[in-house]
Amino acid sequence: MKRKCSCKRHIFCLGLFCFIYILFFKMLCGPGERYLPRKMAAQEVQPSETIAKLKLESETLKTKLEEERAKLHDVELHQVAEKVEPLGQFVMKTRRTLKGHGNKVLCMDWCKDKRRIVSSSQDGKVIVWDAFTTNKEHAVTMPCTWVMACAYAPSGCAVACGGLDNKCSVYPLSLDKNENLAAKKKSVAMHTNYLSACSFTNSDMQILTSSGDGTCALWDVESGQLLQSFHGHAADVLCLDLAPSETGNTFVSGGCDKKANVWDMRTGQCIQSFETHESDINSVRYYPSGDAFASGSDDATCRLYDLRADREVAIYSKESIIFGASSVDFSLSGRLLFGGYNDYTINVWDVLKGTRVAILFGHENRVSTLRVSPDGTAFCSGSWDHTLRVWA
Amino acid sequence: MTISMVNPSGNLREQMPFLTKMERVIVSMQDPDVGMKMRNQRLLITVIPHAMTGSDIVSWLTQKYAITEEEALHIGNFLVKYGYIYPLKEPRNLCLKQDESPYRFQTPYYWTSTRWPASEMDYAIYLAKKNIRKQGELIDYEKECYNVLHKRINHTWDFVVMQAREQLRASKQRRKADRLVLEYQEQAYWLVNRPPPGAMEVLEWGPERGSIANPRVQLVTGHCFFLNNACVCECSFVKYCEQYQDHDPIMQGCLPSNPWITDDIMYWNMNSETAVMPTKLRVERWSFSFMKLLNDPLGQKEFLIYLEKEFSAENLLFWQACEDVQHGETSRIADKVDEVYKQYLAPGASNWVNIDSKTMESTLEGIHQPNRFVLYDAQRHIYFLMKKDSYPRYLKSEQYKNLLEKAIVPQETKKSVFPFMRRQRHSSPSPALLTQAGDDDGKALSSSVRLDL
Repeated sequence: MKRKCSCKRHIFCLGLFCFIYILFFKMLCGPGERYLPRKMAAQEVQPSETIAKLKLESETLKTKLEEERAKLHDVELHQVAEKVEPLGQFVMKTRRTLKGHGNKVLCMDWCKDKRRIVSSSQDGKVIVWDAFTTNKEHAVTMPCTWVMACAYAPSGCAVACGGLDNKCSVYPLSLDKNENLAAKKKSVAMHTNYLSACSFTNSDMQILTSSGDGTCALWDVESGQLLQSFHGHAADVLCLDLAPSETGNTFVSGGCDKKANVWDMRTGQCIQSFETHESDINSVRYYPSGDAFASGSDDATCRLYDLRADREVAIYSKESIIFGASSVDFSLSGRLLFGGYNDYTINVWDVLKGTRVAILFGHENRVSTLRVSPDGTAFCSGSWDHTLRVWA
Repeated sequence: MTISMVNPSGNLREQMPFLTKMERVIVSMQDPDVGMKMRNQRLLITVIPHAMTGSDIVSWLTQKYAITEEEALHIGNFLVKYGYIYPLKEPRNLCLKQDESPYRFQTPYYWTSTRWPASEMDYAIYLAKKNIRKQGELIDYEKECYNVLHKRINHTWDFVVMQAREQLRASKQRRKADRLVLEYQEQAYWLVNRPPPGAMEVLEWGPERGSIANPRVQLVTGHCFFLNNACVCECSFVKYCEQYQDHDPIMQGCLPSNPWITDDIMYWNMNSETAVMPTKLRVERWSFSFMKLLNDPLGQKEFLIYLEKEFSAENLLFWQACEDVQHGETSRIADKVDEVYKQYLAPGASNWVNIDSKTMESTLEGIHQPNRFVLYDAQRHIYFLMKKDSYPRYLKSEQYKNLLEKAIVPQETKKSVFPFMRRQRHSSPSPALLTQAGDDDGKALSSSVRLDL
């Protein structure tokens, strides 16, 4: 499918963008300012009556930018994907059911060995399973309830978790069955509100966290030191995901302010922001190539955002889907998007065509977490019905 | 009807968009033109108007949303569980039955979103009314709640009893059908808001999510000044999906078989990091992108062998060292950076890497204050150098082509003679064990992936 690149449009848009930027900056700094740096860090304006005025200006500029964007004749993803062959009959079943949590399962993560998982629940229990044999290998009881975040270290030797204790703690996995894991616990992150998500970066040495206090933060595991903090959300941050990109230093976060922000981990700056959802964003996940990410929200839709085009390119919704999506993940090729919903079901979407391929029943309460295994052979869902299920 | 109307601090409808959506469904179900057909329902001797059957509800939903009956029943069940529709037969059992059981729409006065949270006072009055009507014969849990409430709001108990009596008196003056309907409506509301023990609490939301109204005006910088044409980007998704389709086990299956389906872990053994001979699909993936090659330890090994032949192995080694600095322990950064300088950057170094002068200058300056990202620019330069130069040549090389030819294409697992018998699921050594024990001998690691433990 060939499209003429309208260079004129691009240059005009670029010009308009720059103009808007300069105008904006001039507004802030006043007429006396001569020097205009090309990049601006997140600035704070002194609280005064000009805030309302500036907000109004920024809204007007945003609309102008959207108008220009629309003029680029951008199409939706499903239109581009019209010639793609539709998917055939889709069959996925529960292959394993993991029972052992005495309360709502809130979060889970896969180990790099493709068969082990860690899961956390409302009563403070964190369990490490060999999902293949369904055996429990380790169990820890956290001193707090609602452990909403847990993550497996890349080496497979530790797990991180946290929740209403406002902290993220790392537990090294001991092989001595008699050893109390809680004794070796290391407190890494400290927030001022609940911990909503955590993830190790490429190694066991750094953890990225998001919190109900509206910030994300990067921590050094060894020392517990804060390496970088990320401010920009106007409300609780509920989820995050690290980019699989080559340069590997960005991540995306979603929050109760309906925004999904992309951050540079080195500088702490917000590089891009997307605001098209109508309610809290519960889950964000990168497309396997790293050029896009999907989000699941309480507004009962999942959306795909393209990072290079800087816009939303697909919405996955159906009138009959009323309840919010709590967690999303892609299959290995990125063709399928799995969404766990608060109506106890899992909907499988054709990412390219925007249609629903299948609906999976099985859980008896809301699906709170969903992750595809590292080699894409299965995905695991955790639910408020106290169980986890592996589907393939 | 009770007077008190509680207005919670947050707007419930805003917080719970699914309630708004459910209400939209309910409203369209009552649409005079395309809504549900309703009929009169006879309950013993009373006739209740505007009732519908469970199967009617399911078939209406099936038709309206073009979904399966199973899904329609699932949605319908929620409408009942959240109190928007209540059953007339077995009114204490809030679930949808796909048969001739009669149901009615709940009055908006009692909608979950209208009256939330339910007030204690209202509940006390309701229980008091029931108590009077049934002359003390309340159900166990209701009796308990009644007693608890009596203790808690003892100071206004007279008011509660007075209200209850007044409401009962007023309802006696109504027609029997109306009285029954009001009773059912009120009961359904309380079943949702004060569920009996053992029933699912549909109104449990989880920890409260605040909205810290941030007064700061945040400027979001856009590093990408170019708004790319979305069509071009979207074509890349189509290409990516096509390229990886055969590699996606969930979509196309995998050979020999998916371990989760057949309980056979051969697939994992063949694709393990320590496998001697890789599978064809795995070697193919190395040609999809440079990152895919580097992400696979086996791919890195092969690439290093190739680079050694080309006398440019220092590039990959440098890249690996930089990765170690970036992702390793903070306490060892200074030492590691020093090592990297000695081996790769110092003039006359044994593995000197060819970086452009500008990057070299800024890197050497930054090394005086070593931090995690001091080698970032240099690493990027070398990465793109390898990607543009060595990587394409590797893919065209004899080494790669030979490997691709020799690579394994697994046979599909033969279906078991007794398909109903499940294979024994073998456990595998925990990664924690491997890392702790296997520091000495790499060979020991590869042979320790035994099937029996």
